[in-house]
Amino acid sequence: MQFILDHYNYWIVIFLMMVGFYTVISRGNLIKKIAGLNMFQTSVFLLYISIGNVSGGTTPIIAEGFRAYSNPLPHVLILTAIVVGVATTALGLALVVRIREAYGSIEEEEIHKQDESF
Amino acid sequence: MIDILIDVTLLAFLAITAIAILRIHNLFAVIMLFGIFSLLSAGVFVVLDAADVAFTEASVGAGISTVLMLGTLALTRGHHEKPPAHRPWLPLVVVLVTGAALVYGTVDIPGFGDPATPAQQHVAPRYLEQGQAETGVPNIVTAVLASYRGYDTLGEVTVIFTAGIGVLLLLGRRRRDKASKDEQP
Repeated sequence: MQFILDHYNYWIVIFLMMVGFYTVISRGNLIKKIAGLNMFQTSVFLLYISIGNVSGGTTPIIAEGFRAYSNPLPHVLILTAIVVGVATTALGLALVVRIREAYGSIEEEEIHKQDESF
Repeated sequence: MIDILIDVTLLAFLAITAIAILRIHNLFAVIMLFGIFSLLSAGVFVVLDAADVAFTEASVGAGISTVLMLGTLALTRGHHEKPPAHRPWLPLVVVLVTGAALVYGTVDIPGFGDPATPAQQHVAPRYLEQGQAETGVPNIVTAVLASYRGYDTLGEVTVIFTAGIGVLLLLGRRRRDKASKDEQP
């Protein structure tokens, strides 16, 4: 039981990661692929924050009456990663809009079909 | 004990939402579920003592990402995904093998919340003990982000600036093309 509780967070993170990965490689719709990519990204955030958590600790804001704090360094890394992640998502979505303009479709299959006929 | 219970429940909800995102073909529903996914993960971050990360995830992840995706959906006007043309066996095998390898890798990882691991013992205590005295900021995450690692944050701003230029170039060109098409019929 303790073994499961110790690893539950990591296993769920791996599950989310793999669902996101599967969405990216098995679905042809470009918006859905980006949603999958974002899922993968969020699972990595969860992994880092899980590793930084200390049981019995609290949010790393220094205050009287608290001695144990969770590790603030993963939090800093992930704050940066979230913001950069949104920037890359915006770029990916802009590319999707351009692909729709150029090919008239956001389905991978139809885009490949058009490319072969060139 | 109660926070472990909340953590377990929220993570289970996250897994269910992920499956729903994978299986639903209506793209509007996918984007809304994605917003829910981000909000749930913000909830998990609160339980795991990462309040700053939770704020950012709720505003940037659940807010801005969802709006960007809805905007893309409106511009591309494709509300339904076509069902996949191929059999899913190869992606499934790839995902299962990768997942199994990762689960194998977690077996000897230090337990969740263990305060004695090297990750908690090595650098972080220095920031927690000296951070407030050195920077005057009680929130250590802010102190590291804006003071100790200020240059990293400047680099982050550069990345966002570059991405913004990229988006403007990609979408601005389309407006120019339309304008030049209107001029020469």
